[in-house]
Amino acid sequence: MAETDWNPWRRFLASPNESRTKTIIVAFLVSAVCAVLVSGATVILRPIQTANRAAEEQARISDLVRGIPGMAALLETSGGTLSTVVIDLETGRAAEGVTRETLDTVLADQANWTALDASADLSGLGQRPNYAQIFLLRDSEGVSLVLLPVTGQGYGGRIDAIVAVHGDMNTIAGMAITQHSETPGLGGRIEDRSWLESFPGKLIRDDSGAVQFSVARGDAANEYQVDGITGATRTGGGMTQMMRFWMGPDGYGPLLDAIARGEF
Amino acid sequence: MPTRTSFWTTLTDPLIRQNPVTLQILGICSALAVTTSLATALTMSVSLTVVLTLAAGVISVIRRHIPDTIRLIVQIVIVASLVIVIDQILQAYFAEISRALSVYVGLITTNCLVLGRTEAYARYHAPLPSMVDAFGNGLGYSLVLIIIGAFRELFGRGQLFGHQVLPLADDGGWFTPLSLMLLAPSAFFLLGGLVWAVRSVWTEQAEPPEHTPPLRPEIVE
Repeated sequence: MAETDWNPWRRFLASPNESRTKTIIVAFLVSAVCAVLVSGATVILRPIQTANRAAEEQARISDLVRGIPGMAALLETSGGTLSTVVIDLETGRAAEGVTRETLDTVLADQANWTALDASADLSGLGQRPNYAQIFLLRDSEGVSLVLLPVTGQGYGGRIDAIVAVHGDMNTIAGMAITQHSETPGLGGRIEDRSWLESFPGKLIRDDSGAVQFSVARGDAANEYQVDGITGATRTGGGMTQMMRFWMGPDGYGPLLDAIARGEF
Repeated sequence: MPTRTSFWTTLTDPLIRQNPVTLQILGICSALAVTTSLATALTMSVSLTVVLTLAAGVISVIRRHIPDTIRLIVQIVIVASLVIVIDQILQAYFAEISRALSVYVGLITTNCLVLGRTEAYARYHAPLPSMVDAFGNGLGYSLVLIIIGAFRELFGRGQLFGHQVLPLADDGGWFTPLSLMLLAPSAFFLLGGLVWAVRSVWTEQAEPPEHTPPLRPEIVE
């Protein structure tokens, strides 16, 4: 027998590949190195990614606003900016004690989320925050436009979008998808301008106040529907459920009512 | 001993003669999915080539110490980690393209081409030839993706890299876009046509028929 090497590392390298010890150590080392690599990349690059996402969302909001007919002129007269308000979804009023800056900290606390029971949970979210940041545009007669961030469950994961609603609180002025993970070329086409352009002018609720808006299976049949995307039934369904939930009583319903009554 | 010429053949063979996509029909799922435009096809090609080359290098370095029983897991873990890192970099610095590629960067992990090269070549060769082989295969894959991507973007939108090449009929030109080119089936047709074209020129690539049909139809009583 050759004399045993004093160096444990070299002894480990020299041991047969089939030995159990070596198998376990190799598995452990590979996973450790890979874990460090992956976490390192994620942690180091996260600030840049967050900044990217925020910039993109801002760009989409301004894009959305600019795409609404007559919006540019309205913005000019109102000073060129939208006002940001944090609202309490329960009451549909401006939230007390929560501002734009503190919203993230407040929402990090699980106590500020409401669990949804199965019957109310149309879009499969499981819970919704108690506070939301919305954007308003006012003119002499009150609120003329409101931008509402919404979230739903698509085929590939969460869909984040922003819905713009006209001053009557029932006509959609525009729609922008801020984040999604749908299949490219199929559900991913919810991002297409041509599809998003079919939203303006559609109505959300009927006279009784029930949310009627939906994404059709094929071509839109009435003023509450937009055309479906071929081959993306689940994504379209997700969009429908998202609108049904957020425009309904558990979402922005109280807020829309309050604005429509002129209380905002 | 590897010489200069063998390096050269290792690098250039996978371009056409041993092309991983057209000859071995590997990695075609992503080739079909991300080729709707030239820009996404190019990014996918670069990402895959980088992942493939690095993975081949790393696996080749530790090839003598990978126990056979867990070799696939070790390879996949290494490939998956590289893919996540590349994905994070794309999200940070190429946010626009990363969105267009969406899940397909993640799916490089399960791309048969990557595992195929690491399993078939990198496990038995020194780091440098392995990386050259991986790079060559990456280039072969890229070549196919770029050809299909260019075809689809040109005939689907009349554009190349987003620039209008063919004047659209809508804007007073003569070209009516073929919307079919932007759908998944067109990639199948194009890939099939490409495989057929390559095998007609390089006839040695054509596979022998799996069975010879009988001379006369069999009579069934």
